[in-house]
Formats: sequence, C-alpha cells, structure tokens
Amino acid sequence: MKYAFYPGCVARGACPELFVATVEVCKLLGIDLDHDAMKGASCTGSGVLQEKNQRLGDTLNARNFALAERSNLPLMTICSTCQGVMSQARKRMLDDPKYLAEINSELAEEGLEYKGIAEPRHLLWIILEDYGVEKFKSKLVKSLNGLRLAPFYGCYLVRPSDALGFKENIEREDSLERIIEAVDAEVVDFSGKTLCCGFPILTINEKNSMKMVAKHTTDAKGLGADAMVTPCPLCHLNLDGFQSKAGKSIGSQINLPIIHLPQLLGLALGISPEKLRLNKHIVSTKVFLSELALQP
Amino acid sequence: MNVNLKVKRFDPADSTGGSWWQEYNIDIHQDSTVLDALIHVREYEDTSLALRCACRASICGSCGMKVNGSAKLVCKTRIVGVSPNGEQITVEPMGNQPVIKDLVVSLDTFFNQVKRVEPYMQPDFIPDSGEYIASNESMENLLTAMNCIMCGCCVSDCTVLEVDDNFIGPAALAKAWRFVDDPRDSKKKDRLKDLNYEDGGIWDCTRCMQCVEVCPKGVNPMERIMELRDQAIEIGFTNTNGARHAEAVYGDVGHSGWLDELRLPIKTFGMFNFKELIKLIPIGIKSQLVGKRPPIFHKSIPGVENIRKIFERYKN
Repeated sequence: MKYAFYPGCVARGACPELFVATVEVCKLLGIDLDHDAMKGASCTGSGVLQEKNQRLGDTLNARNFALAERSNLPLMTICSTCQGVMSQARKRMLDDPKYLAEINSELAEEGLEYKGIAEPRHLLWIILEDYGVEKFKSKLVKSLNGLRLAPFYGCYLVRPSDALGFKENIEREDSLERIIEAVDAEVVDFSGKTLCCGFPILTINEKNSMKMVAKHTTDAKGLGADAMVTPCPLCHLNLDGFQSKAGKSIGSQINLPIIHLPQLLGLALGISPEKLRLNKHIVSTKVFLSELALQP
Repeated sequence: MNVNLKVKRFDPADSTGGSWWQEYNIDIHQDSTVLDALIHVREYEDTSLALRCACRASICGSCGMKVNGSAKLVCKTRIVGVSPNGEQITVEPMGNQPVIKDLVVSLDTFFNQVKRVEPYMQPDFIPDSGEYIASNESMENLLTAMNCIMCGCCVSDCTVLEVDDNFIGPAALAKAWRFVDDPRDSKKKDRLKDLNYEDGGIWDCTRCMQCVEVCPKGVNPMERIMELRDQAIEIGFTNTNGARHAEAVYGDVGHSGWLDELRLPIKTFGMFNFKELIKLIPIGIKSQLVGKRPPIFHKSIPGVENIRKIFERYKN
C-alpha cells in the first residue's frame, strides 16, 4: 500500500508531533508514504483563501490533485480541514466539466491536468476502507481497555456530507468511534463531537471561540472521558493550546488531553509515547498515559 | 411497520418546569414521514402532544424539528431514511430558539434576526414605467437565497448561536446577501458596512457548515456569508481581523505556497495592535516549551514560482 502523502500546513508547522506520529504508525502498519509526490503541492487555502477567491482555491487544489495523479498514487491527508476543502473543490469541478476545463487551462502552462481521478482521503478512512479494521486489529499489541475516549471529528470531515461521499461510504459517519472500539477503548459519545471547535474564529471572536473549547472539553470530561481524540490538527490547536484559557473563562481547570488520531493508533500498536511525541502537548498527557502504565 | 419514537416533551404549565422524554410505539405505513408518525401519535395515542405543521409538502416551513440530533423538516423526512433498520427515532424541538410547548418553538428569535438586516428592497429612484426591472441573470443569481422558506433549521443547528445569541445567524445573513446582490437595491454599501463591522456580523461565522447541511431548500447560507465577506473586502471594508486574516492567508499561499503559522496571527491582528499581540505571548511561550513552535524561517515550497504565476494571472 503506497500513498502520495499530503500532510498539510499544520502538521509541518504548529503540530509537528502529528507528522512524526503519522510516519511512525504508517511504518509499523506497512503503509508506504511517498513524501516526494506532493512536495510541490500548495496549501488547500483552508477555506479562508476561498473567502477571497474560490476559483483560485479550486485551481490550487486541482493542481495538487494533478500532482497526485502524476505519481499514479492515491492521495492521503491527515487533516480534517484539508480533507473538507479538497473534497468540496473536487465536487465543484467534477459536477461541472466546463468549470473543470477552465481550471485545467490555468494548469496547462505547468504541463499539469486534473483528470478527475485523484480523490483525497483521510488516514482515518484509509485505515477503515483500504487497510481493513480486522487487519489493523491483528497488528495491535497494547490493549487500551478501560480507557474512555471522546471522539472529535472537526467540521470539515463530516460536512458537507455529499462532497465527502457519506452516501457511498456510510461507515464514514462513525469512523472515529470504530477506531476507538478497534483499539479496545470505550467511546464517550457526546453531542459536540461533530460541532465546531472554535479555531476558525480564534483571532476574530476569541470569546466565542473559548466558549466552544470550554463547552466541548467540559462536556466530554463530565461524561467521564480520559482524553479526546481528533483527526483534525486545527481542532487540536484550539482544544489543546487554548484549553487552559477557556477553563479560566469559566473558572475551572479542565485538563483533558487532546490526542491526535495517529497517536492513538500508535499507542495501540505499542509505539512509545515519546516516539509519538505525546510529551509535546500543551495539556499534559501524563495522567492519561499513567492509566495505561506508560510514561510520556 | 412498527416505529419507536422518543419525543422530547415540555409543558410550560408543569409546576416542576422541566422537560422529559416520552416513548411511543406505533404501527404506520412504511412510506410514512416523521410528521405522519407524529400526527398519528397526536390523533390516536396522546392528544396532549404539541407540534406545528401546515402544508405537509416542505413549502410552508412550519415543521422544523431535530430528528436524531439534527434539524429537519419532518414532512420531508421519511421514516426509512432516519431509521433504516427500525432504530429508535428521537424527535426534539429545534435548538437556539425558546420552546413554547413540546415540539413548538417561538419564532421571535428567528424573525428578530431577520429584521436586523432590513429584509426589504430599498431603491433610490421611482421608475417611470412604474416597475423596477431586473435582468433574468440577476434574478437567477438570487434564486438560492430566495428559496428560503424561513423554517429555522439553520438557526437551530448553528454552532455560533449556541454560544452567542447576538450573532445575526445564517438565515438572516443569507437574506441580507439577497438584497446586497439585488441590482435594484441602493443600500449595498451601507448594508455591507453594517454586516462587516456590527457585533455578530459576517466575520463571526465559523464556517462549520451546519447550516449548509441542514437547510432543506439548498439555500447554502454559509456560501452566502462567504460571498458577503468577499464583497465587503472588495468594497474596501478591510479593517477587521477577519479581512486581515483572509488577506494574510492569501498572501502566504501566494508567496510561499503554504501557511506561515508563526506570523499569521501577527498579520491578522495588525503589526501595531500591541493590545492583541501581547495576548499571544503566553501561548507562544507554552508552544516553545513543548516544541510545538512553527519554523522561524518559513521556506517556500519547491516550484513555488508556478503558484505565484497562478496568483498573478488571477490578479490580472
């Protein structure tokens, strides 16, 4: 199994631990990551650039898809936001062949063309759909039995569901819960799991952003979660980085570790917390790891 | 077919003041909608159940409710669609709006939001012909927003309204766009100025797409909000963190191909906005201490000149 690996900006910027954990996990699972195929790929625009110019954003994503097609490899992302922005761009282009042709004319000078073949997919879906949950379970060496984990998807991995192919792949609706169950941990189901973490308005309306962080983390903690798991590094930045500030705004210390999806996979695969960079979080993972008899 | 409904009840006359869940098991035709099931309950099982409905054809917008956690018009929601294997169906009143009784919410919240955007055309001349003429193209452009039936589903599931009831909200902002983009309206600039700078305006949307997902009429309110942002920037209303953020992301990607996360918040707040920049210090120190700081030297992606050329072409 080999993929054109598109890590996105945050895994190479403010969440380097996500990048490292992904590489460690894929190595152990035998998932070959081609780091060169997408080397010249740009940012997806993260939905923000699209506020200024959606067509430009679509052109950048078509270019990234064309790079993946040139490598003849399926495209893998590890960011919910990248996934959503790319899926929306792809849908707009595939729904309208004339629009796709116009976008492709912008890529002609570089000798690139998006043929509509490349389809971005998150590691979370790849584990379930390509690798197979049973094969994944056969690789696990560390039981996470007794651990209570709250899923937190990130908006762009669940909406808009038509662009994300939920109709054709119904299992994507509870993909994170399936992974939590596969590693033998207990799912803490809470209504905020598919809502906004507040990151997009962090620098625009911090008060509202902090209310969202406080609500989701206290809700999950109140239901007995030991940690929260997310496939979105932007959610991680807000829920982890700003949790103590959000806690202060409601006069409480929340202390809920926010774990990247590959870090959870890695723990169950027996990779050390240090290798998974679980010591590189703002909210300490110490208590959470001690429950697994592990040290950060 | 047998249907198991779990309905959230609320009775304002109840001295305990609380709400409660009530289950109903009914036998109903397999092609039925959730509304058919609720009417069946009211007619044959429990006459005290309050619900609002009228057209039963997804035109009037009266029967918005939360089904299995997300807002829907129950007349448009078939039972087999939400309970394919006979699972229990939960029905609750819509969110972010006060409940009057059981499944009926007050529409005051919704219409107060709509009133804030002055939802009527304001032309600045009286045409000689007696009628305001608009081209077919300009009206076709407005069709998405004009499809709104004011059911309140988007308001119900809006993640911003959940934490801030001052937000104008998705339906009202889509309505505002409908007048901003109407060529017969003369207040485009004033409207955009208010929506741009007002507390609870266009920049408070988180782009979470809940409104896109639940809208039963394809209005796509979030896209309309994004168009309002684009137009506000275009017209020159750029003194907001939101506009600076969009500009900074555009600048980063256009220059280096990817985001310079270290400098992005500085560009968003403005280089000389010391009050806001000081607030970044604690998170900066914490990130540095645990090794989560983005690179100091932001390198461009290989072949960035191709990206720059694309940006250049779009600029021209």
